[in-house]
Amino acid sequence: MRHIIAMLLENEAGALSRVAGLFSARGYNIESLSVAPTEDPTLSRLTLVTTGSDEIIEQITKQLNKLIDVVRLMELTDGPHIERELLLVKVNAAGNAREEVKRLAEIFRGRIIDVTDKNYTVELTGDGEKLDAFIEALRPSGIVEVVRSGVSGIARGDRSLRVEKTSARATATQD
Amino acid sequence: MELSGADILIRCLQDEGVEYIFGYPGGAALHIYDALYRQDKVKHILVRHEQGAAHAADGYARSTGKAGVALVTSGPGVTNTVTGIATAYMDSSPLVVISGQVPSQLIGQDAFQECDAVGITRPCVKHNFLVKDVKDIAITIKKAFYIATTGRPGPVLVDIPKDITAHKAEYAYPKTISMRSYNPVTKGHPGQIKKAVELILSAKRPMIYTGGGIIWAEAAEELTDFVRLLGYPCTNTLMGLGGYPATDPLFVGMLGMHGTYEANMGTHQSDVLIAIGARFDDRVTGELSKFCPHARIVHVDIDPSSIAKNVPVEVPIVGSAKAVLQELTKAIKATKKKPDAAALKSWWAQINEWRALNCLAYDRKTELIKPQYVLEKLYELTKGQAYVTSDVGQHQMWAAQFYKFDKPRHWINSGGLGTMGFGLPSAMGVQLAHPNKTVACVTGEASIQMCIQELSTCKQYDLPIKIINLNNRYMGMVRQWQEFFYDKRYSHSYMDALPDFERLAEAYGHVGMKIEKPGDVEGALKEALKLKDRLVFMDFITDQAENVFPMIPAGKGHNEIIMSPFLAAAPINRELA
Ligand SMILES: Cc1ncc(C[n+]2csc(CCOP(=O)(O)OP(=O)(O)O)c2C)c(N)n1
Repeated sequence: MRHIIAMLLENEAGALSRVAGLFSARGYNIESLSVAPTEDPTLSRLTLVTTGSDEIIEQITKQLNKLIDVVRLMELTDGPHIERELLLVKVNAAGNAREEVKRLAEIFRGRIIDVTDKNYTVELTGDGEKLDAFIEALRPSGIVEVVRSGVSGIARGDRSLRVEKTSARATATQD
Repeated sequence: MELSGADILIRCLQDEGVEYIFGYPGGAALHIYDALYRQDKVKHILVRHEQGAAHAADGYARSTGKAGVALVTSGPGVTNTVTGIATAYMDSSPLVVISGQVPSQLIGQDAFQECDAVGITRPCVKHNFLVKDVKDIAITIKKAFYIATTGRPGPVLVDIPKDITAHKAEYAYPKTISMRSYNPVTKGHPGQIKKAVELILSAKRPMIYTGGGIIWAEAAEELTDFVRLLGYPCTNTLMGLGGYPATDPLFVGMLGMHGTYEANMGTHQSDVLIAIGARFDDRVTGELSKFCPHARIVHVDIDPSSIAKNVPVEVPIVGSAKAVLQELTKAIKATKKKPDAAALKSWWAQINEWRALNCLAYDRKTELIKPQYVLEKLYELTKGQAYVTSDVGQHQMWAAQFYKFDKPRHWINSGGLGTMGFGLPSAMGVQLAHPNKTVACVTGEASIQMCIQELSTCKQYDLPIKIINLNNRYMGMVRQWQEFFYDKRYSHSYMDALPDFERLAEAYGHVGMKIEKPGDVEGALKEALKLKDRLVFMDFITDQAENVFPMIPAGKGHNEIIMSPFLAAAPINRELA
């Protein structure tokens, strides 16, 4: 089963390698991982996509919680959530492909953000399946380069992953 | 007044109440060593190899419950401690290791004696820090001790670049600390306690299985009350010995690969298994698919990730063994339900039948010294009161089987990592922490050679350790596996070209003895124990062919335990009567 785990990490040097090291040391999969600072400069937010049985996912979340730099953790796939990924794709746009790629970008609601005689660069956001489908559709035109950001995710509704500022203590609200 | 980073560090250690640091100097640590020179509150013990520093700090920690502290230089200094740090990590021992680092501006330049200490130790520490500002030293040291000693304890490394130890700052040591990302639980969840009590009291064939968590949580007394209140059998893991008095009739001995027949059969046939501060290690469970086929399991542990890691658990309780045992005992006393006396009676009859096989028996009528005999005599002559450290191998298992530990923190060994070389340096830490107590290091002629240089440290600080070298001229445990599982192909397990240990000990300024006949064992031990202020190295030339029994071969279930051929005549009942 595919799981998305979101984490708030202390924004410290080495915090990311503790997370990555845990996965390699214990033989867990990482499908994708994205990380960036939050509105609170002392925290970064990490979204990690992994697969495994329920027992393995339970171990993964427990092991992650054990890392001193992990402040708070939430399994997004436990409830309704939104996931998004950014794709940048450079694709051949010579001859017939020029029209075809433009048409496909429109269908998928992507944006062409860079143009040369030979290539288009297209930007697209969506969930993983949508990006996969777009890449498949472009394939016959000749893909030059694919860049994916990895999944970012957020829970729907009032469920949120955050740290209470007032109490310096970590909490997550679950309504 | 502003102090240098090095002075701040030493003040932190003083204010933390550190008695001893075990260390070895070098370039990146020289400001720190200079600060040490200018004070006499914290005593520095100069080891002969940094592995010894980590193990000595570990022995100090295990025998006191306080954090052990090591100080080393950058590069090879810190890489030499890695084995010791990993050893402490596997057995949840609180260490604070301080390493010098090359100056900040040289980090990443492949500078002389540079290594990524934080990176290299990351997988075997509870946490580690690289200090980047002199103002952070005090808070980092406070955090290091806090993290090392609370929750599930473990080693913490603090890496400090040389320039930071020269920079100046005001000194203030924080009194308390709270971290938003680290809040270890202690109390068990009341709902889970209730469920556990119900399950515990419904048992017909209970077994209480406890590990090192009892020792680290200082919960031996609570465990004893709990076991006696119920009248249930209790077994300890290798790391848990001393958590329950071994001479108590409710104790059925050690569990696992070389545990007793009654402990292993009792666990296998149990219908309710109460695991406390233990982690279902493979050396304890044997083949998981064959583990406890009938048991419903309660598991108490301070580390949530230990629960349901290897074995599914019906009632998990996250909490400190001490707090949870108090809560369980209180709840059991408060309920009207009592343990099932009739079921317990027949269960004990069964256990006593297994026990009557006397699974640890060995041949006492030989010309050769039996290692078990040496340990029995050691137990007798020290009246069970000694601190015993060990290395890794057969001698370790025999010590665990034959020295009956009634008190916690007296049995000090590397169970998780299984580190040969642990015995002597850890004994140094124990002896320093308990200067007037007998400290025996039970070792083998292979293990002792892995940190034998520490004999020199023992001389410098007058540590009167009693070394019991069970010299079988083999890496005995390796030889045993080769005998059983490799058709007696003894590949590289013979210890050739051994030194004359008696004279070696004397060369280091200690007392050496060589004991070759069973009749001399007792006298030699008596004589050695009388030499209260001297280290005595006793080289016992033992039976080369002796094996450790019982044994559950890897991949087998508890009920597939192999008994000593010496017992061959006795009938073995592996089913429930
Ligand atoms: C550092 C290290 N290397 C290798 C091993 C594997 N090993 C386990 S027991 C053992 C033999 C120990 O021999 P000895 O110290 O003579 O003890 P004996 O088994 O003979 O009592 C070895 C090599 C280990 N545990 N630790």
